[in-house]
Amino acid sequence: MEKFETYTGVGVPLRRSNVDTDQIIPAVYLKRITKTGFEDALFAAWRNDPEFVLNQDAYRHGEVLFAGPDFGTGSSREHAVWALRDYGFKAVFSSKFADIFRGNSGKQGLITGIIDDATIEKIWQALEANPGLEATVNLVDKTVQVGDIQAPFEIDEYTRWRLLEGLDDIGLTLRDEQAITDFEAKRAAWLPKTLPARGA
Amino acid sequence: MTSEALTLAEKVWNDHLVVKGENGSPDLLYIDLHLVHEVTSPQAFDGLRLAGRPVRRLDLTIATEDHNTPTWDIDKPIADITSRTQIQALRTNAAEFGVRIHSLGDKEQGIVHVVGPQLGLTMPGITVVCGDSHTSTHGSFGALAMGIGTSEVEHVLATQTLPLKPFKTMAINVEGKLRPGVTSKDIILAVIAKIGTGGGQGYVLEYRGSAIRELSMEARMTICNMSIEAGARAGMVAPDQITYDYLKGRPHAPEGADWDAALAYWKTLPTDEGAKFDAEVFLDANTLDPFVTWGTNPGQGVSLLDSVPNPEDFKDPNDRAAAERALEYMDLTPGTKMKDIRVDTVFLGSCTNSRIEDLRAAAAVIDGKTKADGVRMMVVPGSAKVRLQAEAEGLDKIFKDFGAEWRFAGCSMCLGMNPDQLAPGERAASTSNRNFEGRQGKGSRTHLVSPLVAAATAIRGTLSSPADLEGAN
Repeated sequence: MEKFETYTGVGVPLRRSNVDTDQIIPAVYLKRITKTGFEDALFAAWRNDPEFVLNQDAYRHGEVLFAGPDFGTGSSREHAVWALRDYGFKAVFSSKFADIFRGNSGKQGLITGIIDDATIEKIWQALEANPGLEATVNLVDKTVQVGDIQAPFEIDEYTRWRLLEGLDDIGLTLRDEQAITDFEAKRAAWLPKTLPARGA
Repeated sequence: MTSEALTLAEKVWNDHLVVKGENGSPDLLYIDLHLVHEVTSPQAFDGLRLAGRPVRRLDLTIATEDHNTPTWDIDKPIADITSRTQIQALRTNAAEFGVRIHSLGDKEQGIVHVVGPQLGLTMPGITVVCGDSHTSTHGSFGALAMGIGTSEVEHVLATQTLPLKPFKTMAINVEGKLRPGVTSKDIILAVIAKIGTGGGQGYVLEYRGSAIRELSMEARMTICNMSIEAGARAGMVAPDQITYDYLKGRPHAPEGADWDAALAYWKTLPTDEGAKFDAEVFLDANTLDPFVTWGTNPGQGVSLLDSVPNPEDFKDPNDRAAAERALEYMDLTPGTKMKDIRVDTVFLGSCTNSRIEDLRAAAAVIDGKTKADGVRMMVVPGSAKVRLQAEAEGLDKIFKDFGAEWRFAGCSMCLGMNPDQLAPGERAASTSNRNFEGRQGKGSRTHLVSPLVAAATAIRGTLSSPADLEGAN
């Protein structure tokens, strides 16, 4: 994973709450077995609407998304993160994220920063008043700058550290392989085993 | 030595700690059971291949095919090429890595969250993960069960562990006795309407109270299944005699001395007296009505006796805007009685409500009755085994005589990854878990309901409960 420190890109106001992962990427796009190439699937249903924010020229190449509360609810599909990433988004801001979506984002280097609703509203207004305005995401000091607005955002320290360092989770865990092996040696005999297969 | 009073969730967490996280890093937890399906796994297996890593514990891993599988003509090749490719990818990956798989046509195939409990693999006190948000279902056994993303699927395949951040605990206390016609589905829809789709965020929910204790395992699975619709990380019910009776004798349940050892451990799991929850919610079972959704997220629900709400009545501007949007999408007018809403399709199925008890309950309602004109009813058992059992009990005949489609097992119309979809603008009463825009097909409109409401709705053609049928045909 690439290291992330700061990034500047076009800010996109998504004035919707409860953006579930079925809206981010509908199920029909989940049949692909690759991990890239999902950009066409992002917000697929909404993109049929010419008024949709990403269909407006100023926001078409958006890279920093500002959304209403409860972003990423519902299905655990990591494809939602891949679709945002493949479209070009580097960061999403909301006052509240669903846990699984947030976890998935962290694995793929997509920043999910928490900013309160009142500040999101101010940023929406700034982006709407000046379409195409850029946002600068600074992971080092945990702020995002949009025009005159400088907003601090929250992100958990561990994820921030991993993203700043560009570290991969499996590699980190395998540093503890001895602890895993030790744990396995003490597991109870009654715990479920899928093999050998038993059927009725 | 004094020991701290702990909740069920805390006990299971502590007993799976491989490495305690320090300085803000997450805890590393051991995973006892990893369930795999075709949609969220291909990229995970690819990752293993690229890194040259094996599956660490094949004996704790099991795969089945459910999301893409057709529910008709299952002996023919899958018509949709991308669906066929994805299922073929799972079969190839399972063969290459040595993962146990139950494919379409196998008698143990079915929705992953029906298959695990049915095989006796889901047990109290274990950790369960699957690349599927409805993994929360397994919490009904007193397991800590969480949905994960594909990167985490790869992580578990490679290491049998997951780095997880600490959680908060929330008690959902449901006291009293459910009235006839009111089910666990109504409890969970009411809970989500109360706390909202983000209300459980960061929490592991524990469903407690006299109403929960009386529920069967199937009914508890329905409740825990939808914990994710409240945004929770997991949902749990403490194990009790009902749990043990359900498990005993299942193919992978412990036997002999192992059973005794397991039982002794399981009995230590319920939340200690005096243990503190970070939050508590109370729901009165005595006054609960059948619950149905009117909007486009599972929190937008009301009593079936109620009416479509007016967006003006929502104080929060985000809730108001969401309600306006939802009513437009659902083509509903504020003030319309829920019972006056006419549906085109009734879907009985999904990991929420497709178990034998759900099918029995719906069959009992429709037995000897006539289906409403123009209403289509689809019945999709949760697993091949459930289908066989239903047929042994003659339930298939009741459904077919009624005019319902009796189909093969899978996720089906819950998310329409296979051909089972609603047409644009079509309206369904669905026993599934999500009423999101387009969930059951582009432009589809979904009302989430219990199996009893689904059955009564199929008879009357409008959202109904069995109580509305008195005197009907």
